[in-house]
Amino acid sequence: MKISHAHEDAALERTRGWLDRIGDPVLRAITFSAAALAVTILGLIAYELVSGSRLAFRSFGLGFITSQTWDTIHNQFGALSLIFGTAVTAVLATLIATPLAIAIALFLTELAPKHVRSLLGALVEMLAAIPSVILGLWGILILGPFVQNQLEPFLGSTLGFLPFFRGQHSPTGILTAVLILTIMIVPIVASVTRELLTTVPSELREGALALGATRWEMVRGVLLPAARPGILAAVALGFGRAVGEAMAVLMTIGGTIGIHLSLFGHSDTLAARIAGQYNGASTNLQTSSLVYLATILLVISLAVNIGAQFLIKPIDRRPRRQRIALDRAFEAQGLSAD
Amino acid sequence: MAEPAFSLRTSDRLRRRQLVSRAMGAVAVGAALLAVAVLAIVVISVAHRGAGALNLDFFTQSQAQGFNPNGGGVLFAIVGSAVLVGIATLIALPLGVLVAIFISELAPPHLARIARMALDITNGIPTIVIGIFVFTMLMAIHGQQSAIAGSLALAIIMLPLVARATEEVLLLVPSSLREASLALGVSRWRTTLQVVVPSALGGILTGTTLAIARAAGETAPLLFLTSLGVSSHADANPFHPLQSLTLVIFTYFDVPALQTKAWAAAFVLMCFVLFTSLAAKLALARYRKKLGG
Repeated sequence: MKISHAHEDAALERTRGWLDRIGDPVLRAITFSAAALAVTILGLIAYELVSGSRLAFRSFGLGFITSQTWDTIHNQFGALSLIFGTAVTAVLATLIATPLAIAIALFLTELAPKHVRSLLGALVEMLAAIPSVILGLWGILILGPFVQNQLEPFLGSTLGFLPFFRGQHSPTGILTAVLILTIMIVPIVASVTRELLTTVPSELREGALALGATRWEMVRGVLLPAARPGILAAVALGFGRAVGEAMAVLMTIGGTIGIHLSLFGHSDTLAARIAGQYNGASTNLQTSSLVYLATILLVISLAVNIGAQFLIKPIDRRPRRQRIALDRAFEAQGLSAD
Repeated sequence: MAEPAFSLRTSDRLRRRQLVSRAMGAVAVGAALLAVAVLAIVVISVAHRGAGALNLDFFTQSQAQGFNPNGGGVLFAIVGSAVLVGIATLIALPLGVLVAIFISELAPPHLARIARMALDITNGIPTIVIGIFVFTMLMAIHGQQSAIAGSLALAIIMLPLVARATEEVLLLVPSSLREASLALGVSRWRTTLQVVVPSALGGILTGTTLAIARAAGETAPLLFLTSLGVSSHADANPFHPLQSLTLVIFTYFDVPALQTKAWAAAFVLMCFVLFTSLAAKLALARYRKKLGG
């Protein structure tokens, strides 16, 4: 009895071999180091940017953020004008894109017949896949002349009493950049929102419709509230993308320093300024100032992204709460939800 | 005779509610049509302006500038793009798969959450910032521009895409496969590498293809990592600063004589990106259905 046991153990030992014995810890160690590397890269990025901007930080301090000048001749640099340009373009693009994207997502999930749904969904995602440099090229050479010759004169003549729609018409400027950014973020927000809407349980829809709500009332009262945190997160992701976009903005915004109300005027953003000047930076201080800009950009995008992730979290609880509320509504009317 | 308590006639109020609902439906249809129209306008105008400039020379010649701006081609940029994206894929694919294996197969939940969060945050970092990072780091060590540096930046952009796509398909692999393998006495690492990963291979490759399409369209991280000048010959040495199709578009777009070539490069790049990402998405959808159903 004892002997046969020992025999079995030895056989088992032989078949397993040394590879099998060390395989598990080795795989664990390798994959762990890969994951650790992914985390380390993130830390390294932050470290490199902070250390690269040290020279500019020593010269300008936090006043860099509140100073408007960007003077390469006198070596005076500040980020305020660029922060302003970034905020204006990203906020406006997000404001235009959000209702459009939600409307597209609603069409795709609620209205479109099934075969239109998948085709149109694919087309919207194709729009997101177009490289930003191509959108920039299209924006400056095709959209730009349209903005200069049609859109800006039209806006100027109808809304010219507002300070936003005054000034010289030009193919480049805030308006062109905002339109290009809108085209870039609509598909992002739309496809995330579409995913979210498909996860809303269909009893919610059916319940609201059975209670006599019209389709729009069902959307506004049930569907959108159920998906709200997720939609907010999608909008935040789109905003983050608009903030960080360098090429398309660099090619369309005009690249000037200064704060003004006119949407027709030129401006510049953090990302576009870095992309436009890094190669030609003539002094160490200018290079360091550009890295300082990158650090500000990193902080903004981290804040937006982490904020978006915290927004997504409560979504798991939301539909359940909605369902309970709906159950109560049914009970009050003497109906059963089942 | 008194009015019945409930009328079957549509009341004005209901009619108004239905009207609002229908109007909102029309708005949604309009928004969807607008998006499709914009896509069509972009694609058609790039195709219209770019396709005319395409000829065999465009793909086989590298003489970029000089006496005849309409002659020659951008072979140097096509080769450069291929080298840049190829090396980036060689870095990001194995690394991304390993990270995904760690997250979905081996890691305790809290470590998996940290790694997943790091990937998502990396994915959200503006690509120009990643370019600056690689530039400051490499300049300190290496001191000159090279395609390797560009590939490194592209690899950082691709890593979260590959890792999250792989993680997603690994989660789709039915746990009965793992349990069957483990029950047969197969060790954990053999189960992972010889059962789980092979059955997720299709999904991993399509996810990687999507990441390649994304990397091929990146310009910002390459701006100061590799060459902005024009080459007269095709070079595939990754230690040299190489051009890419996106950089060609960016350097040619404001030179009127070279704009035709910028459109042609944009057309080639757009076709590559749209076809690969569309094919990958179709394959991914089919693959998901196969594993899920």
